[in-house]
Amino acid sequence: MSLFAVLIDGTIYASWLFLVAAGLTVIYGVMRILNMAHGSFYAIGAYTAASLVGWYFNNGIGPVWAGYLLMLGCALVAGLIVGLIIERGLLRFMYGRDEVLMVIITYALLLVLEDSMKMVWGVNPYFAYQPYAEMGRSALAGLKVSNYDLMLVGVSVVLGLCLWLWLERTHQGKVLRAVIHDREVAMAMGVNVRRMFTLVFVLGTMLGTLAGALTAPAISVVPGMGVEIIVLAFAVVVVGGMGSIEGAAVGALLVGLSRAAAVHYAPEFELFVIYGVMALVLAVRPQGLFGRVLARKI
Amino acid sequence: MHNYKKTMIKHPLALAIAATGLALSLTTSVQAAENGKFRIGIVTFLSGPAAGPFGEPSANAAKVLVEGLNQGKLPAPYNTIGINGAEIEVVIIDEAGGAAKQVEEFRNLVQRQKVDAVVGYISSGDCLAIAPVAEELGAMTVFYDCGTSQLFNEDKSPQFVFRTSLDAAVDNIGAARYLAKVRPDAQKVAGIQQNYAWGQDSWNDFTHSMEQLMPKAKVVESQMPKVFQGQYGAEISALSVKRPDIIHSSFWGGDMEALVLQANARGLLEDATAVLTCGESAIDRYKDQAPNGMIIGGRGPFGAFAPDNELNRWFKGSYQAAYKTDPTYPASKMAQAILGLKHAAENAKVEAGKVPAPLEIAKAFKGATFESVSGQVQMARAGGHQAMQGIAYGEYQYDAANKKGGVHNVIAFNGECVTPPDGTTALEWIKAGFPGAQCN
Repeated sequence: MSLFAVLIDGTIYASWLFLVAAGLTVIYGVMRILNMAHGSFYAIGAYTAASLVGWYFNNGIGPVWAGYLLMLGCALVAGLIVGLIIERGLLRFMYGRDEVLMVIITYALLLVLEDSMKMVWGVNPYFAYQPYAEMGRSALAGLKVSNYDLMLVGVSVVLGLCLWLWLERTHQGKVLRAVIHDREVAMAMGVNVRRMFTLVFVLGTMLGTLAGALTAPAISVVPGMGVEIIVLAFAVVVVGGMGSIEGAAVGALLVGLSRAAAVHYAPEFELFVIYGVMALVLAVRPQGLFGRVLARKI
Repeated sequence: MHNYKKTMIKHPLALAIAATGLALSLTTSVQAAENGKFRIGIVTFLSGPAAGPFGEPSANAAKVLVEGLNQGKLPAPYNTIGINGAEIEVVIIDEAGGAAKQVEEFRNLVQRQKVDAVVGYISSGDCLAIAPVAEELGAMTVFYDCGTSQLFNEDKSPQFVFRTSLDAAVDNIGAARYLAKVRPDAQKVAGIQQNYAWGQDSWNDFTHSMEQLMPKAKVVESQMPKVFQGQYGAEISALSVKRPDIIHSSFWGGDMEALVLQANARGLLEDATAVLTCGESAIDRYKDQAPNGMIIGGRGPFGAFAPDNELNRWFKGSYQAAYKTDPTYPASKMAQAILGLKHAAENAKVEAGKVPAPLEIAKAFKGATFESVSGQVQMARAGGHQAMQGIAYGEYQYDAANKKGGVHNVIAFNGECVTPPDGTTALEWIKAGFPGAQCN
């Protein structure tokens, strides 16, 4: 029973981790920006979904399925708007700067967004549980599991596949991979790198807000949630290899299963296990599981 | 961004205070005593995860109470204007940022802003850091919420530091006593706590109390996830497979609400009875997502557990009118601290209209007995610096017709039953079998 529970819990947690980390790794892979503000995108998605979904269900506006669409739609729209504003209004003036400087800039952005959210949504918790509760639960080999959590696994797999297919099987994906491999050569070959940057940053932002929106029904949305999530997302991305979608998926699975095993068999190591996995992977492969060793250009 | 002074901007009084605060921040040499007002520094969380469930209700309570006191609207024995006839002026400070920042803010409040007293602090770490500084500066300080049992173990000879809220050990002794009355046959106990001093101490106090009061009940599982984790899927599974009768948790804020939502959706709270020592703080938000019968506490006779006395009726009514919701326990505790301060300052025997010196207030506060929204408070522990009060627990009940949560089957335990005496630590007292406890 415990082993089965570890597999189920680990997979559910991993799917959530992947949702949270996907946007972060996409942005880093293409733009080489370690985006500290990703946590804020997650929080904006959660707040937007919680406030709109809460309003929708509390006032009995329409059918349940439309509530789910609203949840996803509002997060994507919020991500689109926020991503465009930040990329067009700030980041495009910073391209080409040192990676460390970009970390500081996005950290400043995180602080600004945290306080902006406080101004918009206040400090009181938002509770929009209906999408989570409406789905009910299933019994799997005697273990009661929320159907919403199982749905998250499906969403995560579909999202991962879509991202992979887009990068590997479409013309736009090939262009993007060219930018990832060598930005300067891609530019010399006529690729509009700046447009690619805008596209990728907005996509990464939308992935962040989508992760927040999908998480919101299962939690109490409170100030500071974005700051909490960023460390975890970094751990997953670093384990998988920064900038790699497959890496983020495998990293999430590794971290998720390890954490679930610790919770079931050795709860006292639960705090340590995520960072233990990260340290172990980095000791063997400093570039992460799917990361590439890049020659330094002089 | 967190160290600005938040002032009350919704009322004319607030504008006056905001203007005064701004002026004071520019001309710091102006002293409170010179304008004849009683200045109180209020410190509570205005940002971060503790702001919503604790900080905002506390700050709101301070605003309601101070406005009422300045207008002389409170019932007896607090029906005199302000404090000792002097108008009260407040400066509200954000508690976020950690202990080092709070020490700096405290020094600023006392030395530059010249407040006559500081009322505040939710975080135990902040209380432990502030206490020695308060004693060093001779600043009248009232801790209104922090629950650490270490406070007066470390500040052994307090002079200016008082705590009008209860020690965290009381919560867990009370929870065990409640279970012994309502679930005497429970055999298997599990716990889930946030992995820091608060959670670990709470679990320690609770399990040792259970050993004394319900020796047949065995601990079958203990989970200690990271604070603010938010996702408890694996922990809920680990608790479920052990099939406990009771699940104790000292979770608070968003973590507590997320745990209740996730555990309830997965049926865990149908199979086991949850005991949430801080559960009352979310009583308006659980709605039908918490099961009826879930045991909740309010860290004393506060919030939904506060008695129906004239003072509490006024407080609830005024709070309701201002914020369209009932005051939860952090709000009641803030009100209690300010009322205790008023009581002490007015018993300091100084001329009416004058602001007593910190030492005069401290002498009057030591060992005092005063009326509060939670009933009578005795400063009967830690040499008269720590409040002793009873504690109550009850079962959550959702009224679907009115869409409102409430408590049923409330049992209150008096202070002497759940409070360790001076000269012994809480754990020693529990392990010794609560010697001298006088229970109702």
